[in-house]
Amino acid sequence: MLYIKCPHCGWRSQNEFSYGGDATVKRPKLGKEVTDQEWDDFVYNRKSLRGKHWELWQHLSGCRQWIKVERDTATHEIFKTLKASEEIS
Amino acid sequence: MQKYSIFSLIKNAISNHKNWDLAWKDPSPKKEYDVVIIGGGGHGLATAYYLAKEHNITNVAIIEKGWIGGGNVGRNTTIIRSNYMHDDNALFSEFGMDLWRRMSQDLNYNVMFSPRGIINLAHSDAQMNVYARRGNSMRLNGIDAVLLNRDQVREIIPMADFSENVRFPIFGGLMQPSAGTARHDAVAWGYARQADSMGVDIIQNCEVTGFDVVGGKIKGVRTSRGDIKVKKIGLCVAGSTNILAEKLNMKLPIETHLLQACVSEPVKPVLDRVVTFGAGHFYISQSDKGEMVMGGDLDGYNSYAQRGNLPTLQHVLTEGIAMMPFLSKLKMLRTWGGIMDMSMDGSPIIDKTHIEGLYLNCGWCYGGFKATPASGWTFAHTIAQDRVHELNAGYNLNRFNTGYLLDEKGLGTKTWIS
Repeated sequence: MLYIKCPHCGWRSQNEFSYGGDATVKRPKLGKEVTDQEWDDFVYNRKSLRGKHWELWQHLSGCRQWIKVERDTATHEIFKTLKASEEIS
Repeated sequence: MQKYSIFSLIKNAISNHKNWDLAWKDPSPKKEYDVVIIGGGGHGLATAYYLAKEHNITNVAIIEKGWIGGGNVGRNTTIIRSNYMHDDNALFSEFGMDLWRRMSQDLNYNVMFSPRGIINLAHSDAQMNVYARRGNSMRLNGIDAVLLNRDQVREIIPMADFSENVRFPIFGGLMQPSAGTARHDAVAWGYARQADSMGVDIIQNCEVTGFDVVGGKIKGVRTSRGDIKVKKIGLCVAGSTNILAEKLNMKLPIETHLLQACVSEPVKPVLDRVVTFGAGHFYISQSDKGEMVMGGDLDGYNSYAQRGNLPTLQHVLTEGIAMMPFLSKLKMLRTWGGIMDMSMDGSPIIDKTHIEGLYLNCGWCYGGFKATPASGWTFAHTIAQDRVHELNAGYNLNRFNTGYLLDEKGLGTKTWIS
């Protein structure tokens, strides 16, 4: 069982959260000319890192906010959580 | 190589089984090979076997970080089927079914293929319509499919919950009678033994640390047991695909996720089919030892852990009990997890890459085991001929660029949603 510290609500079990994938993927800027490769990288291609991984989770059965979580994908250790609006340092 | 038969069994029984030949050797890597296959799982071993058998390429090494058959080929729920709707998936899988039927004789190794049939249960009229459509598509592609109504399903699996007031009543199901199961480890060992006998080097405890790529061409592979010169490399590493792709500066439409399976304590024969729950994601069969073999959803977040988390297991088994209430009486014997190479459209990739001499075999999601022979066969063809076979033409890497996705389930790009 994962325990995730929601930046809004505090420590909660993973049962309250749903997963949203890699948090470092950025949508190409609106109105900008986008190459096929840039679009593929946004929609499909993932690094899927082994080790520290920044990812999105939604506190679905809680405050319903999206948050960012830094988790080790091999050990499941969670290092840090941020609000969705906060930048990954 | 010693042929396995009733006579060799008797002969070795007389000498107390002390004189069996080793099933495969344990060589050190040579300096140079024609082809190196990375990954000694089912797909890698099968690829090496078909390279030798179909294409007469025997100066081949299989490089495995751990031991052969220690990954997903040793961790799956052994289901073999070809009940797909899309042509590319259906024809590829049905080609594989043919190889499965002949495999024990072909490999001189009993893989215990048991074509007991698979039933996908339907729990609404709408789902019956969808299954009718899929069944028709299958039959058009020459695959056996039978649409069963509620009473017909009840006759085959009377232990399922047919009471009136259940949340997901059984309306019927789609059955592929020729689907089934096989002894998963035997598949890996059978391919390994035959590949070895034809001259393939199976090199275990050998980790790939890097690649030599010069001018867009593969020149060699660096390993923990020395550098190897090679012009063609086949990558068959399932959940570790992204780790090796990073060493090649490649970004792939793959995420690595954890899938769990479990077995109950052994009980007397009760279930002689493979059955899947249609209102969620749960599948079950009974092994020859009597254990109920069960599996279901991904854990739902990127993972390389090879061990599962309890909430998912609880969720999956809740579905199982909803479908077959007697399961609640059974004790769980073992649970385990394996890491899946989840592709972004749910279909695999067997293709060449932009690097000359590098071939890619990945993205098997939930369905890698059943694809073992067809994957090995087509991947061997792709490597040997340096072009894809028509059977794996739909499994190209380029489809994520062109938009011709093979989305059998129509789920889109969120691999963790099932």
